[in-house]
Amino acid sequence: MSANKTGRRLSKQSLNGFINYGIVILAYLVVQLMISQGLMSNSLQSLLVPVCCYVVMAVSLNLVVGVSGELSLGHAGFMSLGAFSGIIVSVTLQSVIELAPLRLFLSMVVGAVIGGIGGVIVGVPVLRLRGDYLAIVTLAFGEIIKNIIMVLYVGVDEDGLHFATSEAALNLSEAGTAIVKGPMGAVGVVKASTFTAGILLVLLTLLIVQNMVNSRAGRAILALRDNRIAAESVGISVTKYKLMAFVTSAALAGAAGALFGLNYSSTLASRFDFNTSILILVFVVLGGLGNIRGSIIAAALLYILPEMLRNFDVSKYRMLIYAIILILVMLATNNPTIRGFFLQLRQRARERKGGQAQ
Amino acid sequence: MTLLGHLITGLSLGSIYAIIALGYTMVYGIAKMLNFAHGDVIMVGAYICFFAVTSFSLPPVVGVLLAMVVCTILGVVIEGLAYKPLRQAPSLAVLITAIGVSYFLQNSAQILWGADYKSFPNFLTVNGQTGVSLFGGQLNVTYTAIVTVLACVVIMLALTFFTSKTKMGKAMRAVSEDKGAAQLMGINVNSTISMTFAIGSALAAVAGVLMCSAYPTLSPTTGSLPGIRAFTAAVFGGIGSIPGALLGGIMLGLVETLTKAYITTSLYDAVVFALLIVVLLVKPSGLLGRYVPEKV
Amino acid sequence: MNSKKFLAGVLAAAMALSLTACGGGGQTSTPSTSTPDASTGDGSTPVAADGTITIKVGGIGPLTGSTATYGVATHYGAQVAVDEINALDSDIKLELRFEDDTGVNETGVSAYNTLKDWDVDVIYGTTTTGPCVAVAAETYADRYFQLTPSASSPDVTDGKDNVFQMCFTDPNQGLTAANYVADNNLATKVAVIYNNGDAYSTGIAQGFIAQAAERGLEVVTEQTFPADTTTDFNVQLAACRDGGAELVFMPIYYGPASLVLQQANAMGYDPQFFGGDGMDGILAIEGFDTSLAEGLMLLTPFNATAEDERTVTFVASYKALSGSDENPNQFAADGYDCMYAIYEALLNIDNLAEIAAMDPAERHTALCDALIVQFAGEYDDAGNQTAPGISVDGLTGSGMTWQANGEVSKDPMVVVVENGAYVTQ
Repeated sequence: MSANKTGRRLSKQSLNGFINYGIVILAYLVVQLMISQGLMSNSLQSLLVPVCCYVVMAVSLNLVVGVSGELSLGHAGFMSLGAFSGIIVSVTLQSVIELAPLRLFLSMVVGAVIGGIGGVIVGVPVLRLRGDYLAIVTLAFGEIIKNIIMVLYVGVDEDGLHFATSEAALNLSEAGTAIVKGPMGAVGVVKASTFTAGILLVLLTLLIVQNMVNSRAGRAILALRDNRIAAESVGISVTKYKLMAFVTSAALAGAAGALFGLNYSSTLASRFDFNTSILILVFVVLGGLGNIRGSIIAAALLYILPEMLRNFDVSKYRMLIYAIILILVMLATNNPTIRGFFLQLRQRARERKGGQAQ
Repeated sequence: MTLLGHLITGLSLGSIYAIIALGYTMVYGIAKMLNFAHGDVIMVGAYICFFAVTSFSLPPVVGVLLAMVVCTILGVVIEGLAYKPLRQAPSLAVLITAIGVSYFLQNSAQILWGADYKSFPNFLTVNGQTGVSLFGGQLNVTYTAIVTVLACVVIMLALTFFTSKTKMGKAMRAVSEDKGAAQLMGINVNSTISMTFAIGSALAAVAGVLMCSAYPTLSPTTGSLPGIRAFTAAVFGGIGSIPGALLGGIMLGLVETLTKAYITTSLYDAVVFALLIVVLLVKPSGLLGRYVPEKV
Repeated sequence: MNSKKFLAGVLAAAMALSLTACGGGGQTSTPSTSTPDASTGDGSTPVAADGTITIKVGGIGPLTGSTATYGVATHYGAQVAVDEINALDSDIKLELRFEDDTGVNETGVSAYNTLKDWDVDVIYGTTTTGPCVAVAAETYADRYFQLTPSASSPDVTDGKDNVFQMCFTDPNQGLTAANYVADNNLATKVAVIYNNGDAYSTGIAQGFIAQAAERGLEVVTEQTFPADTTTDFNVQLAACRDGGAELVFMPIYYGPASLVLQQANAMGYDPQFFGGDGMDGILAIEGFDTSLAEGLMLLTPFNATAEDERTVTFVASYKALSGSDENPNQFAADGYDCMYAIYEALLNIDNLAEIAAMDPAERHTALCDALIVQFAGEYDDAGNQTAPGISVDGLTGSGMTWQANGEVSKDPMVVVVENGAYVTQ
């Protein structure tokens, strides 16, 4: 490959990256403008923060599934870790730090750290496995995380944090509060999440993921995905690079979880189950494996549109339609005839463009 | 005595997991795909049998046969419409399609038959008794449990015989080893895979009926949890291996029951999954699975 | 690469469009004959030319998903009441719009915001506890009056003056059950089986266990299971039997409860079973052998087979509206009572016409404050009640009143299953 060609490819990649930042910033400005003009309904406004969360979830999962090529079925588990640790931090610091954005920031940092630690704990053993075995183990870890949080009680009083498996066993003093109450989840959370914080997290996620993909590590990860044995034989460490992608992804999911948890006054562990992991996986697959922009758009659209069209009275058939479309999309995108057709269209367009340039 | 009771419960639960896992493992071994919709085929089988017996007053045996026929057709149709076009596609696309099929079956069932629970009739009774009482009433063993364990062993033996002695079975093994080479040897790969789905789905119908006889609530989501459990069992025993599915299923049933009895009733899911992880770390391809070295 | 990605994008959009299809629990999807056609959704004033005032009630509950049965019941139950109220010769009319929350917190908040866009006046719901806690925090901040038919956790009303419940709180129900067992000498050794993955079940169980200790009942074992998808209860039942429990308290939903009864029967264990209001519905399971439930006791505020005129009329209207032959459960009855409680309170507000003429943004705040006074009564600075709140007669109780903390006061009712039907104790 000539140096010239490599340079062109890289610049195209970074251009792509800049377009992604542009899209996010533009979306932010448009939304702010609409809010200031009173053009945005309450229901749309309430979706802004969760959309940011799911975008971050989708982009970070794409790093594992699309870029690193490992199927993970437990991504919601890391979101859960982030959500609950973020909530605990926020409630604990409630009286110490008055400034909500700072509290949110600290919560997200802790959420990311806990998510990342979870990523290491899951990743080290899991990444020794391959393919479908890896998928089932991530599923298992996701379920274990959910199970444990569902029996965990956490409270805080002047002595610090208490952990137990029942409310009575927390032994809180009079002034103490129970933050997480097992199956009842976390209740009485003071909301701190804002759309601005969400957008900043999305931008940060893009910055991390895109730089990682375009870096030396990213190329190593791609090489491992495309041909593990060949990559290993030129001295690329499988564990190191796969773990790097996995832990980064888990940490970002943790931060998104903290943002999500602090956007509602109550959060249940059962929300972060296998179905949520699958939902995020669907965002990634429909947006295109390895395609960051696709993940952003798919997550945003698929999350907003159902809410926007609540007035259509087909609720009964909703999931059925979803299922059929899911199957049809998979069949269509993998159908050689249809793919050939679009490829041809594209080629023709390129030819025309080339002709004009000349 | 209590321990004996727990062992019997675990054995019968494990046998149900094993029968479902056998279906999973057959399909995985040959088509190399995780058929997440398998659990929902079980649910359909149970509904068919339920309506045949309660609404049309057919004898239970006819109900079971009918469920097997319907599920077999359903399995072949699903394979032909949703999975066959994706033979060359990446495995993730097939996985998402299987999840789509699973949602499709669950929601069709909800629309057709309603979201409410149905209570599955227990037709495994002798003289109105549901089981035999042993040791002066200290231990009750239901006929359902006995039939389930027997059915499980019979199915396992029949499948082993089928895959090792019959022509079709040998063709399946060949396809499972190497699709390309099998095709060169004149084996029709597509029809072999369809056949596998047919057998797997018929097994699912049997599993559905047995499962609902033992645990008689029936709802559109009845199949999804046992589906994941059986998948775990199949991986546990080594996915693709027929004795492995049996071993994995029964071990899972026993571990689950004994964990509930002696360790924790609230975290047994976590314990079962943790055990799975440990097994896979020690034996990355399951208890009886074969390690296939990758070729460059 | 790109054609595929482009295609994926297009298809994703198409899919999203169709998904929307789903989204919606839709508005009042059942045509109601008597909903007044005055003023809908366009922000116009709810006072019509002839002086009738239409109050917009926004309902939230699961219409799809695993808890859909309960949401649909609360929707239809409320709709029956709204149709009756609107047929009365009264200046006050109700308009009900019901939104789907699929039983999920975040969707509940979205549904609430959709209702806000509709200029809702009063929030009815949500049906299940999780979303209700999340929505209640929003209505408290925004100042909307909220009445839930069935979200029974104390967290729902905790610290929020604007949220009221039609059902007993979970600890309260557990306490009532323990008192009933002790008062009637049903047993001295009791066992508890509950779903510790579920707030409702855990809440009642904890209330029961605490009160059982007070009343000298010996809780021989506490057995748990993690989710309503659990099917095997042999281990839990064996523990109850080995502990010598004469009574097994099961604050769980009727689906798993039917399995417990069946498995207890198979193992030849026959204690007194006692359930909470979630057990209501067990007799209606298609194919369920009701002889297994013979002697079962449960706390439920509503008996659909009661023969008083109001219940009979309600059951008939409910069946007509739902198009199903099944009897309404207690969720439906709670929903029905909610509408009458709101109506009763509205009747008592002296300056309702004045409030109704306000701008939508101020209207709900003024209405919220007025309704809080109607429900909880008035208090002086020392916390003594100076004027009582409303007292409502409904299907789930007579003379129901509310405390300032949002809890309902009504008499508990215990039924026992005899010959496949409820018999009120």
